[in-house]
Amino acid sequence: MQTALTNRLEGPSFYALAGIGALISLLGLGAALYMETSGHHVTGMNNQVFWGLPHVFAIFLIVAASGVLNVASIGTVFGKKAYKSRGPLSGLLAITMLAAGLFVIMLDLGRADRLVIAMTHVNWTSVFGWNMVLYPVFFGLVGLYVWMLMDRKMYAYSKPVGIAAFIWRLVMTTGTGSIFGFVVARQAYHSAVIAPMFIIMSFAWGLAAFLLFQSAMYKWHGAELHESIRKRLNNLLGVFIAAVFYFVLVYHLTNIYFAKQTEFEQFILINGGVFSQLFWGGFVVLGTIVPLLLLYLPSMQRSAGAGTIAALLTIVGGLAFLYVFIIGGQAYPLDMFPGMEVKSTFFDGHIDNYVPSMPEILLSIGGFGVAFTLTLVAVRILPFMPQDDIAKLQASGALHD
Amino acid sequence: MKKPQDLLDNKPRRNFVGAAAIAGAGLGTLALAPGLHLIQVSEANTPSQGASGKVRWGMLIDSTKCASGCDVCVKACNTENGINETLKDARQGSQWIRKIDLKNPKTGQEHSLPMLCQHCAHPPCVDVCPTGASMKRADGIVLVDRHTCIGCRYCMLACPYKARSLVHLPLTNQNPEVPRGQGCVESCTFCVQRVDKGLKPACVEACPDGAMLFGDLNDPASEIAQRIAKEKTTQVRGDLKLNLGVRYQGI
Repeated sequence: MQTALTNRLEGPSFYALAGIGALISLLGLGAALYMETSGHHVTGMNNQVFWGLPHVFAIFLIVAASGVLNVASIGTVFGKKAYKSRGPLSGLLAITMLAAGLFVIMLDLGRADRLVIAMTHVNWTSVFGWNMVLYPVFFGLVGLYVWMLMDRKMYAYSKPVGIAAFIWRLVMTTGTGSIFGFVVARQAYHSAVIAPMFIIMSFAWGLAAFLLFQSAMYKWHGAELHESIRKRLNNLLGVFIAAVFYFVLVYHLTNIYFAKQTEFEQFILINGGVFSQLFWGGFVVLGTIVPLLLLYLPSMQRSAGAGTIAALLTIVGGLAFLYVFIIGGQAYPLDMFPGMEVKSTFFDGHIDNYVPSMPEILLSIGGFGVAFTLTLVAVRILPFMPQDDIAKLQASGALHD
Repeated sequence: MKKPQDLLDNKPRRNFVGAAAIAGAGLGTLALAPGLHLIQVSEANTPSQGASGKVRWGMLIDSTKCASGCDVCVKACNTENGINETLKDARQGSQWIRKIDLKNPKTGQEHSLPMLCQHCAHPPCVDVCPTGASMKRADGIVLVDRHTCIGCRYCMLACPYKARSLVHLPLTNQNPEVPRGQGCVESCTFCVQRVDKGLKPACVEACPDGAMLFGDLNDPASEIAQRIAKEKTTQVRGDLKLNLGVRYQGI
């Protein structure tokens, strides 16, 4: 039986880590204040690429926040015992990552000071409007869920709340995908496959984030994750990475099939410069092939670090995909006059060369800082560290089901 | 906290917000009992009449009359609406109307035309706006209420015509009749401040070649309605079936 681990990060190491996280968060906040007071002309964004790096990071965090809850759902909703001790950490990460994603996207608004208007004037035909319900309810449900998972007296209620949270997070990510899926104006979007693609992406990115934070926590405690649990989690990550690749393949093949979209696909996949490079190098090679090799090559399966590196690369691949999807989708000009050569003073027919500015970079990374700091402080205060009673799990056959 | 531009006289805006403002005034009045109100919207600011749903303002642009290199309409728009800021990066500047040059690579045929908000009957920008700041008046004019625009730019993603711009920097020397604001999205208003006074949009009035015609699409007797009924006109990206208020000829 594994020795019970202390639940707290102790002494200077906690304060050093929390300090670094807080500093990164504050730099992000400072950058947002600078953008808010100066105007968006201090960013690399413009009237063609108006959603930039902050949107890439914010949407990554929001999508991953939904997916990270999967770990808890597998334990509660689907009854897999090896995942049960991971439920509270999974729920905590879901809350902190969503908060961090919203931190970035709200602070990038042209009028961030009008947040109250966003919450009090809701247009129900807008997917952004739906978010005014989707996000607060997600926070509430997951908060309740974590409480029930951590309080023995309430544990009996964890299953119905867990099921509600599981369904809600699917709805929430359907909403995030639909932000793009319902946009008829652009070649990159307007596809029914985007919402399910975002859901499977949330599975992969969320699990990757969970594995990274879990491995960091085990390292801080000088503990080691039991091999059979590590293999299960790694295997699940591999399945999710492959499923993401499948959906991305379908998304691009569908576009290639439509004659009017082929030029756009050529741009993204072949001659789009940084976008094509990020798609193939970032998403396909670093974010898909290398992690799959790390997770499934027999020689790699024995290495405890291989899964962590695979998780890190999955996140890198996810960010690369979103950069291509969001920024590449805007950089390619609107096709208002098919078959015609177009030029104007507003850069119609012109491929935009967006370069993120320092404030945008700081705000984007600040989001990761917020998620990290909030999680770190929470695991310092409450026992979120997943602890496995291996003997009991083995006896019940839970490690093999 | 209010920004300096919030303190501008908002009377003109009220005029063109029309029906929406009347509804807003209703919401802004908290009735404790019949005749007894906690908050009373100032009578002086109540718009006399809202926009009429019987009218649908539209524009017909004849690209065969529109001269390449001529940007008189653009300059007239900028003057009328106080678009006078200069930015280092031209991509960050606002363009409510712009000239587009088209060339058919197969035939060599060339066209020049002004592109502006198409004032769709089913505007995607209005659908996606989370706060309802993007709105369509009863008379078909699509506007942004810059007091409730949060600058999320979702409307810019949804617009098929690249007709919208984000104001990228603090503004000075604004036209009090056309309030604009840093961090808000804006687009062509059909010069609603002029239309409500019975005038034509500035671009139409300024066009030296008579390439732009403005009028009521719903009035069968109007010149625009008659020409659209008799002559071949095009809606840009007609495949989207947005029922545009702006029609083109010659493309």
